[in-house]
Amino acid sequence: MTGVVIPSIHYLAILPVLIFFGAALVLLLASALVPDKVALNVSTGVTAAASLAVIVIGFFQWHYIDLHGATTSVAHAVVLDGFSVVGNVAIAAGMLLSAFVAHDWATRERIAGADFHILALASSAGALLMVQANDLIVIFLGLEILSIGLYVLVGFDRQRRSSDEGALKYFLLGGFASAIFIYGAALVYGATGSTNLSSISYFLAKNTVLHPGLLYAGGALLLIGFAFKVAAVPFHAWSPDVYEGAPTPVTGVMASIVKVGAFAALLRVLISALGTQLDTWRPILYVLIILTCVVGASLALVQRNVKRLFAYSSINQAGFMLLGVWAGTPRGIAATLFYVLTYTPVIIATFAIVTLVGGRGDMNHGIEHYRGLARRQPWLGAALTVLLLTQLGAPLTIGFYAKFTVLASVIDAGGGALALVAILSAAIAAFFYLRFALTLFADDDGEAMRIPVPPMSVIVIAVGVVVSILFGIWPGPLAAWVQHATLLFVP
Amino acid sequence: MHSSIYLDLLIVVPLLGALVAMLVRKVPNASFLAGLATSVLEFALSVVVFVLYNNHLKGAGTFDFLSRHVLSAPLGLAWDVGIDGISLVLIMLTTIVLPLALYGARERRHESSFVAWMLVLTAFTVGSFISHDVLEFFIFFELTLVPSYFIIAGWGGAQRARAALKFFIYTFGASAFLFIGVLYLGFLHQHQTGGALTFSDTALASTVLSHGTSVWLFLAFAVAFAVKSPIWPLHTWSPITYAEAPTGGSIQLSALLAKLGSYGLLRFAVGLFPLALVTMRPLFLTLAVIGILYGSFVACATPDLKRLVAYSSLAQMGFVTLGVMSGSVIGATGAVLLMFNHGIITIGFFLLIGFIEQRRGSYQIKDLAGLQGPAPVLAALFTVVMMASIGLPGLSGFVSEFLILIGTFATHVWWAAVATTGVIAAAAYLLWAYQRVFHGVATGPNAEIADASFAERWVMVPVVVLIVGLGVFPHPFLDQITPSVQILVHHLAAGVGK
Repeated sequence: MTGVVIPSIHYLAILPVLIFFGAALVLLLASALVPDKVALNVSTGVTAAASLAVIVIGFFQWHYIDLHGATTSVAHAVVLDGFSVVGNVAIAAGMLLSAFVAHDWATRERIAGADFHILALASSAGALLMVQANDLIVIFLGLEILSIGLYVLVGFDRQRRSSDEGALKYFLLGGFASAIFIYGAALVYGATGSTNLSSISYFLAKNTVLHPGLLYAGGALLLIGFAFKVAAVPFHAWSPDVYEGAPTPVTGVMASIVKVGAFAALLRVLISALGTQLDTWRPILYVLIILTCVVGASLALVQRNVKRLFAYSSINQAGFMLLGVWAGTPRGIAATLFYVLTYTPVIIATFAIVTLVGGRGDMNHGIEHYRGLARRQPWLGAALTVLLLTQLGAPLTIGFYAKFTVLASVIDAGGGALALVAILSAAIAAFFYLRFALTLFADDDGEAMRIPVPPMSVIVIAVGVVVSILFGIWPGPLAAWVQHATLLFVP
Repeated sequence: MHSSIYLDLLIVVPLLGALVAMLVRKVPNASFLAGLATSVLEFALSVVVFVLYNNHLKGAGTFDFLSRHVLSAPLGLAWDVGIDGISLVLIMLTTIVLPLALYGARERRHESSFVAWMLVLTAFTVGSFISHDVLEFFIFFELTLVPSYFIIAGWGGAQRARAALKFFIYTFGASAFLFIGVLYLGFLHQHQTGGALTFSDTALASTVLSHGTSVWLFLAFAVAFAVKSPIWPLHTWSPITYAEAPTGGSIQLSALLAKLGSYGLLRFAVGLFPLALVTMRPLFLTLAVIGILYGSFVACATPDLKRLVAYSSLAQMGFVTLGVMSGSVIGATGAVLLMFNHGIITIGFFLLIGFIEQRRGSYQIKDLAGLQGPAPVLAALFTVVMMASIGLPGLSGFVSEFLILIGTFATHVWWAAVATTGVIAAAAYLLWAYQRVFHGVATGPNAEIADASFAERWVMVPVVVLIVGLGVFPHPFLDQITPSVQILVHHLAAGVGK
């Protein structure tokens, strides 16, 4: 029999991606078929159901991996391993929380319809694909799906000029980054004869590349592509403007889901595929991390706009996430995974509060709008304080263990000086987080209005705070899970 | 061996008290009373611990109340508590400071938050002293920063923002080195044993270190502790911070948090890296002596009373460092005793300065004169505290300084000889300040100030009792400190020998 040979497809492996795409399609069709706009409750419900389904499937996948070990599927282009399960769960949880934030935001802004949810689901599907990809082309696919949805989402708020500006900037620079990435993939293909990560790794292990220029150039371009996506310095210039311009719930998605997807894929490319070239890419990453940590923290000091502040602070956080990649050891992989996993609920909860404070029109993002917040609304203020302390890395919050694990992995891998620079940058970052927290407790001038806190936002904020404190006091189970997951990482 | 539940309670009680203080914030005075009740309960608990403490348990050195639970194996995180005589004395200090600071230096503005922060800070301070695990110690050590920052920045003087920033950057920056050092040591230990990652104090002490590694790790640890203590030249954050912090905050900072530095230096920097001392001891002894002299001389020239106490603290902590680094049992015992005594003396100073500030709205020396006339009791109390700080025989300061100096004299003659001049300098700057503030003829607002009130007299009673009591009868404390210090110093001798 001739014709196209369909590779064997293990549906359990790609079920999460299918569910998110399916949910997006359902909502898209519904929007087309229903005469009026789709009710917000319906679109939030579908998104939440899809996210919960992915989390539940995570349990089945985990069980399957426990029994059969990690496997690849769809012509070895997609991986099912412990690492991807953790990544999927992080993305699904992020999507769930973001849907809630967006629900309250859309209600306040009187935006009907399912547009936001369709785009966000599609984007998250792209992130899921990146987490599971075992092929440069599939990573690129995931990256593009992730990005195209986000380009639209950033420009979603047509009332504000900055939203348009952000969308255009993100689109131009993002497109540029994608082009660089795919060029890098092509060069790596030229050097190794494959785009499959396992094959690249096998080729590099078996052969000595006599003229490695092509491989190095390709690897460097891939790294630059990722650096754009995670906003590592010097490829970060877009991020403050885009964070500021995007509607706040979208900013939350960018700071969480995008990071999970990008870091998962980065770990796979650098460690699975190019693990043998560790000595080559490590110095580049070394410089990148130092710049990212220090520049992110320093520039955040002078920000008066909270969204820009969090843009720079998340650049600093990205630097920390890169530390685990630099280590390149199982401990390092687990550390970065732990970091993105725990950062996700925390940053989304933070942006949930920023969304609330933003008020109608999504405009109140100056530091001054937070003055005395904790005096007027003690619970909201306390929650934001906890979230800020988490990002600072204060002990008794999950942020401490996140920083602890990445630094530990770096020191274990012999990077004491790098760890020192990173932690000193955390000292700078700590200063603006604390200063921000102090603003919350400043004396109330009595002019500001109480900020309404709708129930769904309450859930999101509560989840962020509870995750931070609960696992901050007792990080054992989460740390053990991530470590276990990394042992099931397909090399 | 006693159950570690007492130690757990020492942390839990103030945290619960802080929660209660926040919950009853709407009721007038309720937070204050809740805080006070908590602090009294905490003090009672520490007395129970003091009485129960048994320093000759088999196989535990001088440790008691030991218990270890691993919380997360991959992180090497454990809840590991236990105290020896050194920690015991400092825990007593912590629980004595808390009620005095709450009662004597009441903050009426946003009182519930203030009380809650003070209780939280106490919980973390106690946590550092009971930790028997280096990572756990580090976590508590870092945690103390958060409440301190909020107390300084929220309730401090005019320049509080700058003071809080300076305090935060110095301490956090220095802790970075400690953090790296702790992790490095943990991994080194893991690679040597091939077992699980652990940061247990006992386990890490058995790590085999080369001289070079030992020196680097010692420096990484010592920097963090030197900032906290403070040790010259890393003290520059302290004068402005002490001056700008509210009275309660200054008390916590200088009476307790400073002790975290010297305690860490003794227990961890010196205790874990004995080999490094061969080269590092002269350096740190010299820094200590410079601190004593520098602190004393600058104290002569300071324009306000709080800064005066800050610089005198620098000198006093110089004596502590001298004792800690002296390598003699007597010197180190004196250092631990001085940590306690200096804590008590500092509470006395800051409370009294707080009283003066409430009356006159200033603690600048030039604004004050002749207070002895209208306020004889206040002046008498100040005299007692001052004399203890100078080291008048019969008062507590004398015993500890004397032990430190004879201990150091036995091992390092010249450093001890120079340091002794610091005692004279202390007499000079304190007596001179006393003269300017209390002697002379009071005019204007100075003549109209009220003498110490009933409540103010009572809050000073424990301070005076401890100053006089430990001056004539320091044995209950020395008996607990000496065996623990002996083990630590003999361990040092063994470490240096090998």
